Parts: sequence; C-alpha cells; structure tokens
Amino acid sequence: MIKSGLRISSNNIIVLATLLLLILLYGSGSFMYTGFFSLQVFLNLFIDNAYLIIVATGMAFVIITGGIDLSVASVVAMISMISASLLQQGMNAYLVMVLSLLVGIVFGAGQGYLISKFQLHPWIVTLAGMFLGRGIAYLIGTESIVITNATYTAISSYKLRLFGGSFISISVVIALLFVLAALLVGKYTSFGRAVYALGGSERSAVLMGLPVSGTTIGVYALSGFCSALGGIVFTFYMLSGNSLHLMGMEMDAIAACVIGGILLTGGFGYLLGPMLGVLCTGIIQTMIIFQGTLSSWWTKIAVGFLLFLFMALQRLIVMRKESGGAPMKIARNIAKNDVKM
Amino acid sequence: MKQPAWLERGTPTPKVVWPLLALLILYLFNLIVMPGFFRVELIDGHLYGNLVDVLNRGTPLMIIALGMTLVIAKEGIDISVGSVLAISGSMAIYMLEGHRLWVAILAALGVGLLCGLWNGMLVAVLRIQPMVATLILLTVGRGIAQLITNGQILTTTRDSYEFIGKGFLFGIPFAVYIAAIVFLLIYLLKTKTAFGLFLESTGANRKSSEFAGVKPRVIFMTAYAICGLLAALAGIIYSSNLSSADANNAGLWYELDAILAVVIGGTSMRGGRFYLGGTVIGAIFIQSLTTTIYSLGVPPESILLVKAVVVILVCLIQSDVFRQKLTSRKRKVTAS
Repeated sequence: MIKSGLRISSNNIIVLATLLLLILLYGSGSFMYTGFFSLQVFLNLFIDNAYLIIVATGMAFVIITGGIDLSVASVVAMISMISASLLQQGMNAYLVMVLSLLVGIVFGAGQGYLISKFQLHPWIVTLAGMFLGRGIAYLIGTESIVITNATYTAISSYKLRLFGGSFISISVVIALLFVLAALLVGKYTSFGRAVYALGGSERSAVLMGLPVSGTTIGVYALSGFCSALGGIVFTFYMLSGNSLHLMGMEMDAIAACVIGGILLTGGFGYLLGPMLGVLCTGIIQTMIIFQGTLSSWWTKIAVGFLLFLFMALQRLIVMRKESGGAPMKIARNIAKNDVKM
Repeated sequence: MKQPAWLERGTPTPKVVWPLLALLILYLFNLIVMPGFFRVELIDGHLYGNLVDVLNRGTPLMIIALGMTLVIAKEGIDISVGSVLAISGSMAIYMLEGHRLWVAILAALGVGLLCGLWNGMLVAVLRIQPMVATLILLTVGRGIAQLITNGQILTTTRDSYEFIGKGFLFGIPFAVYIAAIVFLLIYLLKTKTAFGLFLESTGANRKSSEFAGVKPRVIFMTAYAICGLLAALAGIIYSSNLSSADANNAGLWYELDAILAVVIGGTSMRGGRFYLGGTVIGAIFIQSLTTTIYSLGVPPESILLVKAVVVILVCLIQSDVFRQKLTSRKRKVTAS
C-alpha cells in the first residue's frame, strides 16, 4: 500500500495532481455556472491558449536542462510584427511562416551559444534577448498592423467541425501535434535523453561524453522555434502584429510549467505537464469570466495561489528524493518530519 | 612607475573596474557626441542637468538594486521587487487619504516588509527555489496592488509626500539623500556586523557555513526582508515622484533592471562576495544609458535594443572565458 503510493509520488504525482485539479476545477465550474459544462467551452480553452501551450512546452525543455528562457514573449511579439509587416508588403504567406520559424531558431540558437560558450547566466542572456526581441518589434513599428492576407485570414477563420456542432481551429491541431512531437522527442530521441541528463547533473553529463554544449544550444534553439511557432499561431488568433502583444507572458509560460510538474531545478518533468498547466490557468480565467462580477486580476491571485500549492508539492517530492534510500526509510523520514513540523 | 597591485600579472582584477570602465566609455562617448550632456545649472538654488537627472531618476533603481545585491549574495534572487514597488506605492497613496504622512509611509514600508518576509519564508523555511518562490509574488503582487487601488490610478496632491520624490534639499534632489543613507546603512551592515560576513559565507558555501554554526535560515529571512523593505522605499519615492500610483505599470520590469545593475556591478549570480559600490555604479550606468539615449534624440523605441546590446557586451567582457579567448587570440597574432 505504502509502496505503491510512493512509486506514484516519485515519478508522476505532480502530473496526476494537475490532472485531478483540472477535473476538479472543471467540475466545480460546471456545477456553479450554467452553460459551463459544454464541449465548446472546453475546446475554447485550447483555441484561446494554443500559442501558450506551444511556448510553454518549449520552455519546459529549457527548464528541464536547468536553464530558463525569458525571451519567449518578446519573440512571439517580434514574430507577430515581422509577419504582419512582411505580409503587408505582399510576401507569400507560407514563405513568411518559414522565415518566421528560421528567425526564431536563429534567435534561440544565438542565446544558447552565448550561454554555453561563455558560461553566461541564462537569466541574463535571455533577459537581453527579451529586450532585443521587443526592441526589434518596436523598430519595425509601434503601431498595430492589421493582417489582411487571404491565406492568414482563411486559416484564422477555418473551423474544424467536431461532433455536436462544436469546433476547433487549425491552431489547436498544430498545438496538439506539437505536444505529441515533444513527448516523443523527450522520450525516444538521444537529444531528449541528453536534455534530461543535462538537467540531472551537468558534470555527470560531461563525464558521460554527452554533447553538453550542443544540447544547450539545441534546447534554446528549440525554445526559439517554439516561440516562433507560438508567434505564428498567435498571429492566426489575433490577425494583427503589435509590438506590445503579450507583455509578461514569459511568466505565464513558466507558471504553466511549474503547475504542470516541470521541476525548476531541472532533470525532471513530463512534457505533457505544461499543457495541463495552461489548461488549469485557462479554466480559472473562464470561471472568472462566467462569474461576471470579479475583475480579471483575480485570475492573477488565483494563479499565484496555485503556483504556491504546486511548489509546495514539488518541494515535498524533492525532500523525499533527497532523503533517498528504501521506500520504508523515506516513509519513516517523512513521518519524522511531520512530527517535527 | 609602480603599477597598482591589480594591474600586475596573476592578481585578479577587482570586479568594480569593469562597470566603472563601461560607465567611463559611455560618458566619454557623451563628451564627444554632445558636450552639453555634462552641463549642470543652478536654477532657483536647485541643480539641474543631465547628471542630476540621472541621479534623481536612478534612485528607485539604485535602492532596489542594493536590496537585490544582498539577496543575490546568498545565491538567491528576488523577481518580485517590481510588484512590491507597485504594492507599496499604491498603499502609500491609498493611506494618504485621511491619514497622516508618517502613517502612510509606515504602512507602505510595512507592506514591503511583509512581502519580503513572505519570500524569505518560502525560500528559507520551505526551501523552494528562490526564483520560483518570488515568482508567486510577482504574479500575485500586481493583483494585490489592484485590490488596494480598486483598479484605478490613485493620485495625491499632498505636498509633503511629493517632496520625497520631487523636492530639493541644498540644491540636490531629496531622493538622492535617501539613496545615500540606504547605501551607507547597508555598507555598514556589510562591513561592521556579523550579518554581512555570514551573508557572504552562506552565499559562498552554505554547507560549510552551516557547520561553522551560521544559521542560514535567519540570514536568508533577513536578506529577503531587507530587500522587500527597500523595494517598498523605492515604491514610495517612485509614486511620490509621479504623485500617483498605477498598479499595472509602476515599476514594470524593475526587477530585471535591478538584476542587471547587480550583475553589471560584478556580483556573481552564483552568490558569495558582493559589491555594493559596483551595484550603485551598475544602476547609474543603466540610468545614464537611458538618459543618453533619450537626449541623443534616438527614438525611444530603440532603447530596448540598445540596452540588449550593451548588456550582452558588458556580460561578455565580464566573462572570464571570453577574455581568455580574446587574449589568446592576441597572443597568437603576436607570436606569428
């Protein structure tokens, strides 16, 4: 009994807890507000947050290596601005998308290069990247640019019909496929394993002969790619480019990772987690909209409270791991700690 | 001529040299491009000019960065300072309505202290990673500030409160005195008390300090409490300078500027030795950069771009690996 409980705790309890929370939140929402329990409300969570799911999943890779990427939000804004202005000049829509992705990859790889080659702190480098991204977006223009390109508007308004009259957008399909790909990459490729190894212990990874600097650059390039993809999806959603888009979204992405059980010390986490985290915050937002009288900043307070809960949970798990050894010993240690507290 | 010790080979350069060098280069640039930059005028017994402006505008950042230095010295980080600034500014201006000045100021400082203690509790007692622990207050903080201001921008017309951020004393902005006192107090705390020593030692090696009998929990709590308190003080100056409190935009991105100031000042993000003078110079550097860009007439949109490039350059110069590569390349050239 104890043994099986512990086996859950050391591997996947946070993801399970997030899933439970998701069900609880959705259940209480359906219970409290009429019209909440409909397939479309649930699907809207994906439609409204498709870009955040992609960005948070990319961020999860970086966090698993023990790093951080603060530049994601400004890259999304930069991409929205770049694609809007290129489309305005009449460039082919698909070419714009490819170009955007390339810009994102180069941007991320550059950050990774600085971090791995010169041993700079990821916080500082990606902070500079954040300034750089916004700066480039501002340089392109401070006014919002509306996108009228036929391909973009067609993709934006296309509705993929599901049963019962409900629908999803193409962005949702992209996001879901991306999460699936991320899961596979994390689990079955040498790159994915190197990411986890690097986060577990950089020194051991070096000693094992893993391509540490290559993986670091790769992981930031991946995050840059995700931000660019998120930027494209976000552009579908907004149909405009604006340098002020998504101020502070990098914190939402980090919060989604924490709630989704990505350990911020690195080396641990399910890549499905960030999506669940995004859905959790999305449900809270929806509930506050349904409630009607509360203002939107209650979302922030609720998300902060969730962050606190999940961090405490993470902490508990790390404490169990640190005490190490046989399950019984862990159980005893925890019991002792409980008594002390 | 005998060289100073740090120029001789083998002894490491003191960290404070690099931010000073960066500041010097920036001022040299200003001297060449716009000689008017350094003009300081005396109007109505008040000093005016770009340099005074830098000092005056830079005070909130300087004060926050000093608090941040303490936190970073113990291998932590506090990314909630911008939100704490917003909370304390809102609190002060909210309390000014129908309360005395000192009550409002004490309330604002008290709120900041509470925020700092909350962060400290999460980091020291629950032992959550500092960046994540303070992330909570970063997200919640602006919500709390909005709770206080009820979603509006509060304003005040109280002269005594406005004096804190706008007033002049003996020709120098009053806020500069506050920053100087804060610097002096923290400097004394670092050099004259056991706390300063313990802070550096826990930051350098937590485990061995623990064996030496230092209680890291108390040290961490104090560092975060001071950081929160200073962020609140900066919030008071900030809101008094603008005579208003904006829960959404007050102190936006201050946490990042403060971290930058500390890092440019030579304090390592990995904890250990910290340099208060370096931090002050770092803060002045960032503010000077902003003022320079504005007075050059460069569109303010590009300010972030310039900041990014400068940050990367300064960090690269500070990076030992980068300097080694440069010098080894130079040596290769001379050898061939």
